[in-house]
Amino acid sequence: MDKDKRSTGYSLSVNDTSHEISKSWLGESLLYVLREKLGLYGSKNACEQGECGSCSVLMDGVLVCSCLVLAANATGRDIKTIESISDDDSLTDVQKAFVDAGAIQCGFCTPGLLITIHDFLETNPEPNVLEIREAISGNLCRCTGYGRIVEAVQIVSKQKSVGQGGSDDSS
Amino acid sequence: MTVVKETVGIRQSGIGVSAVRPDAQEKVKGDFIFSSDLSSEGMLWGQTLRSPHASAKILSIDISDALSISGVHAVLTADDVPGENIFGLERADQPVLADDFIRYAGEPVAIVAADHPEVARKAADAIRVEYEIFSPLIDSYAAITAEAIHPEGNVIRHLNILHGDTEVVGDVVVEGEYEVGMQDQAFMGTESGMAIPSPDGGIDLQISTQWLHSDQEQVATALNIPMEMVRVTLAGVGGAFGGREDVSMHVHLCMLALHTGKPVKMIYDRNESFLGHVHRHPARIWYRHHASSEGRLVKVEAKVILDGGAYASTTSAVLANACCFSIGPYSVPNASVEGWGVRTNNPPCGAMRGFGNVQTCFGVEAQMDKLAKELSLDPVEFRLANALKSGDTIITGQKITGTAPVREVLMSLANHPLPEPPSDNILERPGGTGRTTDGSHVKRGVGFAASIKNLMFSEGFDDFSEARCIVNDGFIAIQTACVEVGQGFVTLVHQIVQEILGIEKVDILPADTSIGSAGSTSASRQSWMSGGAVMKACEAVVDSLISDLSNEQGITFERIGTVLVAPDGSASIPVTDALQGRNYDETVVHRHAPTVPLDKNGQGDAHVSFAFAAHRAVVDVDEELGLVRVVEIATSQDVGRVLNPIQARGQIEGGITQGLGLAILEEIVLVDGKIQNANFTDYLLPTAMDTPTIEIAALIEEPEPNAPFGAKGIGEPPVISSTPAVVAAIRDATGLDLNRVPIRPEDIALG
Repeated sequence: MDKDKRSTGYSLSVNDTSHEISKSWLGESLLYVLREKLGLYGSKNACEQGECGSCSVLMDGVLVCSCLVLAANATGRDIKTIESISDDDSLTDVQKAFVDAGAIQCGFCTPGLLITIHDFLETNPEPNVLEIREAISGNLCRCTGYGRIVEAVQIVSKQKSVGQGGSDDSS
Repeated sequence: MTVVKETVGIRQSGIGVSAVRPDAQEKVKGDFIFSSDLSSEGMLWGQTLRSPHASAKILSIDISDALSISGVHAVLTADDVPGENIFGLERADQPVLADDFIRYAGEPVAIVAADHPEVARKAADAIRVEYEIFSPLIDSYAAITAEAIHPEGNVIRHLNILHGDTEVVGDVVVEGEYEVGMQDQAFMGTESGMAIPSPDGGIDLQISTQWLHSDQEQVATALNIPMEMVRVTLAGVGGAFGGREDVSMHVHLCMLALHTGKPVKMIYDRNESFLGHVHRHPARIWYRHHASSEGRLVKVEAKVILDGGAYASTTSAVLANACCFSIGPYSVPNASVEGWGVRTNNPPCGAMRGFGNVQTCFGVEAQMDKLAKELSLDPVEFRLANALKSGDTIITGQKITGTAPVREVLMSLANHPLPEPPSDNILERPGGTGRTTDGSHVKRGVGFAASIKNLMFSEGFDDFSEARCIVNDGFIAIQTACVEVGQGFVTLVHQIVQEILGIEKVDILPADTSIGSAGSTSASRQSWMSGGAVMKACEAVVDSLISDLSNEQGITFERIGTVLVAPDGSASIPVTDALQGRNYDETVVHRHAPTVPLDKNGQGDAHVSFAFAAHRAVVDVDEELGLVRVVEIATSQDVGRVLNPIQARGQIEGGITQGLGLAILEEIVLVDGKIQNANFTDYLLPTAMDTPTIEIAALIEEPEPNAPFGAKGIGEPPVISSTPAVVAAIRDATGLDLNRVPIRPEDIALG
């Protein structure tokens, strides 16, 4: 690796904080930079091929696999990671439902799924089971068989429905 | 004497409640530290160079170009292994780094440490290895008699089980040949870890694993330093399923750290993960079943060949399971079973959830359906008529002394309602969102299968777990070396402490080698073994407390629930209150009942306990396109006792999904011993769209004698008979034989 390529820098806006990325190298992915340079280890490295969704983040509000985004291409974009979705002592409704429904085993796929589901419920707050399964089909989980994850999304959907005075039937 | 009963009502804690994982909050916030998230000041990155050839001789290795790259701190080969260049889980037969021959494609040849992962990769590419390439031995049947590819020969184990009258012939005889492809554990978190050299010349290894003490012993032997100088600590594990029971990068990391004097981190990418751990043994199985005209099993003949790949790993134990349980959960008076576990130049195979039982269950359940058809009997009725029960003897001559509610499992499942007929929603047809099916060739099928699994380690293995319970003025900590891989042992620890001591807040100390071994997180054993050890450690604290109270007050209390009660009922005090201001530190070792090795005829009390399950799959199949949609899988399972309902459901749903994967999706494709699909684009894991609704028809709770809390392990049974149930359903829909898994679309469309 050439020394001059290492010294090329750029800036990234992650979770509303601007970071100067130095000692960069050609081809480093957003996932690598988030994890190994910014210490944001919540985004996971399971396939690094865009197949498993474990590294999901939002870029300008769009769900992307951070392993497939060149970090330098993310300059000027608004990156949101799992670390940003709830404050220190609080959980979002989806995070809480994951805990209560038993949607977590090893937990490696969990951050990516949570980013995906938060994004999905923004556009479809009262999905049926098939829509839930379709929405999370880009996120692989090897432990749970997805049953409790689907259940968690249904719990949140029902809560939203009740909260807005909608019907109790989310199916 | 007055007996104080536990509070009646809905229990909030203790055994039997759906307690929440103690690590759940960290995991949903992305704060839980997995082995790939480790970091250390000044750390280097490790990289492995692996052989691209399946069979070769190393003629030379030139590391000079790699060493000259700026940022490279070490390039090590077999010559640099400080101790014995050999390791292995059951027997040491595998080089840490290849020193002469290459026996599989992916075998480690050299390792690199550099200041950046990209530099490490480039350095590995710059190592020049000259090979003399041989034609690989890839046929497991041919391997039995072929020229040896390893100094220990090709046959790792040859096992005969001869039971009853092996000459008897039944009124009805059916034969079949079956094949199981190579499945991958495909845990989400790839192999990763960090080794940190310590000033005393020892090493601290933080690693995702299944068995800390086995790792410690193998690493110490390879490094040639005393065991106690290898301190292994569990780092967060992203799933395991058997694939972390063997040593992978462990010795490599330690060698690089000791050589450079710096912390070294390594993460396998997905491709390397497929090369870096053992897989489920591919199997070739022949059966001949004999039954009476009344529908009773008379004899089973079977031959089983498991492809162990280049090195032994756990092949011997996997073969024993495959053969001992080759007849399924049925009573068979006569049997003749012969099995071989062999070496080939295919990737090494070893532990994966279900461990041998998966392979023969696929064959035997197909045979049971064939026999039922031949006898014009309903498949479930035929299974019920032959179901094992407590007191029966299995083909190894062992009498089942524990519970065996096979009939209850089968009947509760058969009575469960079937799902609705196919809907008009195009997304619910085979092919799903591909919208490929017009519906005109879609047929529905239903299939049943049942299974048996041995729990804990068998064949005379000294199987134990150690636990420590520390009480410090009302605060309590539990220590074990039990590996949490996601299964929820950490939740169970809290529940056990609540159950015995009534204390809600528990610190679980890191799992490491500073305490005695907990054995492996495998074989559906940790709830029984380490759960039992934690239970006994808590009970030991109570015993010490009672002894102290007796000395102080002259009353010898006994524990009823979480309350200490005087024999005459004159006094009672909750354990939590009695512990205030007191300190205890109790360590206990828990063993299960001893077992014995199988004799030359495969006879002996080799197993501890047995768990049973049955699955019913409903599928829609497009016969023209060969596409399958699994509509529903229902199950009943013998669990002894449910310790945590929501975690039990999670194990069952997850296990069934892996069984579904083996049935219709998952296979490592090999050409000349080389993996063709070492990635998640081409190795197909079930997604949420491939996975059906999973119905639990019944969890049969007959407490198992001698099991802590009466609970049987529940992790493996879901994966065993779910595969043959899906295949039986596809056979029911199509009328095809389908004697190999995974089933490919062409097997159906062109079948």
